[in-house]
Amino acid sequence: MMHPTADAGFGVYVHWPFCASKCPYCDFNSHVRHAPVDEARFVAAFATEIAHRAELAPKRTVTSIFFGGGTPSLMQPATVGAILDAIGRHWPVDAHVEISLEANPTSVEAERFRGYRAAGVNRVSLGVQAMNDADLKALGRRHTAEEAMGAVGIAASIFDRFSFDLIYARPNQTPAAWATELKEAIARAAEHLSLYQLTIEPGTWFHKLHQAGKLVVPDDEVGRALYDVTQDVCAARGLPAYEISNHAAAGAQCRHNLVYWRYGEYAGIGPGAHGRLVTGQGRLAMETELVPETWLAHVEKRGHGLVDVEVLSQEAQGDEYLLMGLRLKEGIDPMRYRALSGRTLDPQRITDLVEHGMIECHANGRISVSPAGFPVLNAVVADIAA
Amino acid sequence: MSEQPIDTIRNFSIVAHIDHGKSTLADRLIQMTGALTDREMSEQVLDSMDIERERGITIKAQTVRLEYPAKDGKTYILNLMDTPGHVDFAYEVSRSLAACEGSLLVVDASQGVEAQTLANVYQAIDAGHEIVPVLNKVDLPAAEPDRVKEQIEEVIGLDASNAIPISAKTGLGIPDVLEAIVTRLPPPRGDRDAPLKALLVDSWYDAYLGVVVLVRIVDGVLKKGMTIKLMGTNAIHGVDKIGVFRPKMVDVAELGPGEVGFLTGSIKEVADTAVGDTINDAKRPCAEALPGFKPVQPVVFCGLFPVDAADFENLRAAMGKLRLNDASFSYEMETSAALGFGFRCGFLGLLHLEIIQERLEREFNLDLISTAPSVIYKLRMRDGTAIELHNPADMPDVMKIEEIEEPWIRATILTPDDYLGSVLKLCQDRRGEQVDLNYVGKRAMVTYDLPLNEVVFDFYDRLKSISKGYASFDYQITEYRPGDLVKMSILVNAEPVDALSMLVHRARAESRGRAMCEKLKELIPPHLFVIPIQAAIGGKIIARETVRALRKDVTAKCYGGDATRKRKLLDKQKEGKKRMRQFGKVEIPQEAFIAALKMDS
Ligand SMILES: Nc1nc2c(ncn2[C@@H]2O[C@H](COP(=O)(O)OP(=O)(O)OP(=O)(O)O)[C@@H](O)[C@H]2O)c(=O)[nH]1
Ligand code: SF4
Repeated sequence: MMHPTADAGFGVYVHWPFCASKCPYCDFNSHVRHAPVDEARFVAAFATEIAHRAELAPKRTVTSIFFGGGTPSLMQPATVGAILDAIGRHWPVDAHVEISLEANPTSVEAERFRGYRAAGVNRVSLGVQAMNDADLKALGRRHTAEEAMGAVGIAASIFDRFSFDLIYARPNQTPAAWATELKEAIARAAEHLSLYQLTIEPGTWFHKLHQAGKLVVPDDEVGRALYDVTQDVCAARGLPAYEISNHAAAGAQCRHNLVYWRYGEYAGIGPGAHGRLVTGQGRLAMETELVPETWLAHVEKRGHGLVDVEVLSQEAQGDEYLLMGLRLKEGIDPMRYRALSGRTLDPQRITDLVEHGMIECHANGRISVSPAGFPVLNAVVADIAA
Repeated sequence: MSEQPIDTIRNFSIVAHIDHGKSTLADRLIQMTGALTDREMSEQVLDSMDIERERGITIKAQTVRLEYPAKDGKTYILNLMDTPGHVDFAYEVSRSLAACEGSLLVVDASQGVEAQTLANVYQAIDAGHEIVPVLNKVDLPAAEPDRVKEQIEEVIGLDASNAIPISAKTGLGIPDVLEAIVTRLPPPRGDRDAPLKALLVDSWYDAYLGVVVLVRIVDGVLKKGMTIKLMGTNAIHGVDKIGVFRPKMVDVAELGPGEVGFLTGSIKEVADTAVGDTINDAKRPCAEALPGFKPVQPVVFCGLFPVDAADFENLRAAMGKLRLNDASFSYEMETSAALGFGFRCGFLGLLHLEIIQERLEREFNLDLISTAPSVIYKLRMRDGTAIELHNPADMPDVMKIEEIEEPWIRATILTPDDYLGSVLKLCQDRRGEQVDLNYVGKRAMVTYDLPLNEVVFDFYDRLKSISKGYASFDYQITEYRPGDLVKMSILVNAEPVDALSMLVHRARAESRGRAMCEKLKELIPPHLFVIPIQAAIGGKIIARETVRALRKDVTAKCYGGDATRKRKLLDKQKEGKKRMRQFGKVEIPQEAFIAALKMDS
């Protein structure tokens, strides 16, 4: 048998926790600072944390690196370069490593793209979010549609690979309008698109508005119709979903995100980053301090920013594998589930779910969620995991 | 403590309709006589159980001894026996009343006389009490003390000219109440030299002290170290401790005639102490027992099942413990096709049921499912035998039944005129027969005969809601009458759910079935498939609804590698599923079993 996670690769996630402003729907670990950020100090702290994880999980070959945020495109290219160097000093890096960076599609940030390329980044993911100015404004974005398409053009000319994100199921959005917008996006996207339904997360400004009845989002029925349109339009144009919200042409999947979904090993570096590393103690779930300054202080004092390290029980590992793996079109391998959780899937539940058209069992033994099951994925997973 | 002259003792209770301020007044009396320091004085000290506190209702009788220096220069002992306000616990009222000589009748001066005011004051009058009317809440702008005085005279027939206007909230008039207790209520009578004769008022289990017995001494003296005999059972027990409630337990050396207090001793179980029994000195028994009380009978039954079958033994143990303190609750083992092993339990009413269920869940950390409450039906069989049916699931073959009889009640309802129409319609809809309709000032007083099975589920809730909380209600079980009753089954996803089957009147079956199906449709969360819900009598479907399939339930974005957050959500979902019961392929939330019975129309 292969090393349990060998086929998934080893990823390094780096979190840059700052944004120019806070989007009203966002519940990510993003912070707005008015004073300039001391990037050199962060570079040193990132390097320290990288060294710490490399000691815990040495000798992995890094197959992907992902700069997420926050807004990593606010970093100086030199900062990105220094972090990549630190990774290279502690782990061997695969010759075909995928290095992605999330960027906001403003003209200011696009100017740095060439620098990122030079530092080693080979893929960008642009937070376009909407293709018209009215909706961009409603979503609290700082760029116009034209500016975003300009940034997309620059990214296309500089990077081999790029992707962009759109948010749908916006207030008052109709399936027809969304289909038109989506077609326009696909024409510009080339190989990869992330399409997220707007969710109202607790603690966000939208949540407050929603509670007060001042923000109305599409109900489940319309949400479902929007989801169905998304699948149809993307599949017809050569960008089928490989994950519930991610679409790609053949071979263009985001390898880094596949590490998560295939439940591989990954190191999480920076404030509020999550990691999963398999050590002598078992599979560890690791979480770092959220507040950037506190994280810095922790790292400088203790050599790492971890605030929570949990040795995952077998049940927890099985659950996480289902939660992550069933998001993928390729689904899960029941044998891997058994190896992780020490349990087998309840055959009666599997039969019932197949009968209801929610999942499919494949000849190679894998189980995947069906097109009818994806829109109700949480319920399907809960059923399988129960 | 020196011996207390009997003429300086007053034993009294407070009778009132729910929310008229009984507990608030009791608190004031305690505070003003200094039984508790202000710091110890938490609001409503007498409602001691969490649930009582949360629901703002009094369930168990409580007692407190106050020391009051009166204007005549003497210090009096005032024993206040608190009584529950809800109809389900009416029997507790009669016990407390039997231990007192007088009552304060508290009427909310902004509301006037209500159904329980009547029911409770008549009980007090029957118990031979002297009654002092007290008009509470005179601080409210809506208070109309003069009109309420008239009402008391007119409806109850009591002289209210000396009624005391008070505000339990502000403290106004409380000194007058204390003086009135001393001057207007009679002292107890009793012979200190006679052999011991005491009334066993109540008993409960205390984790530290064991069984605690609340007693009222009639004659003689109860002393520490004495050997007592319970006349009903002839059981002999040593007395370890004697004390009074102030309201904290305080030990005393003896209790003389007229006094109220507690004893603990070698009594093992509450079940060994029959409430209403007479206590004697084992060495010097007295000849005649006290009249005692009518034993309480449960009137509503339902099944209680653990959600997790592994909790069955824990449930049995928990019920045993609760029963220690609540003899009015009964249970016996039951098995259900759908729910597995559980217990058939008897209660005094629906509130009692809900309270017991809540206590089992909260104090014993159990997850429970309760089945449709049922009353006791009397079945006359074709072969001449008779059966008492507590559980619709046990209903014999209809062909073998000659006749089914069901219990009826006589209900008294007081309501502002504005809501009379809706109240009459409610009674009519519940197969009621009007007995009487009168006016008490601007309020209508209606008397109805109603089948108990139409009342147990939600009548009280409905009445409160259609009258915006203004109507009041009290009832007594009167008789059994034959009825055209049929067994209605509920099918979820084509499978009968025995826990939801019930006996209904044929004429009401269809509307009841429809209401149940509609309710269940709301209560059963959407599944991955469509679920039909049906009501049936025999093989005939009389109502049908459908729970549509889940349309969207997905977390669009998974932030970085944060599998932890998703796992925590999954854990919650799993926890939620545990609170559901699996019926075939359908998960029914456990709350649904009771909620389905509460009808909105
Ligand atoms: N304004 C005003 N409110 C009062 C007065 N006395 C009591 N209340 C309020 O009336 C409500 C009911 O009072 P309780 O003392 O709990 O009523 P109760 O009769 O003991 O109710 P049960 O314990 O359920 O029998 C509470 O909200 C009290 O604060 C009063 O004199 N004036
Ligand atoms: S840019 Fe991205 S991370 Fe920053 S606030 Fe907006 S949505 Fe959140």
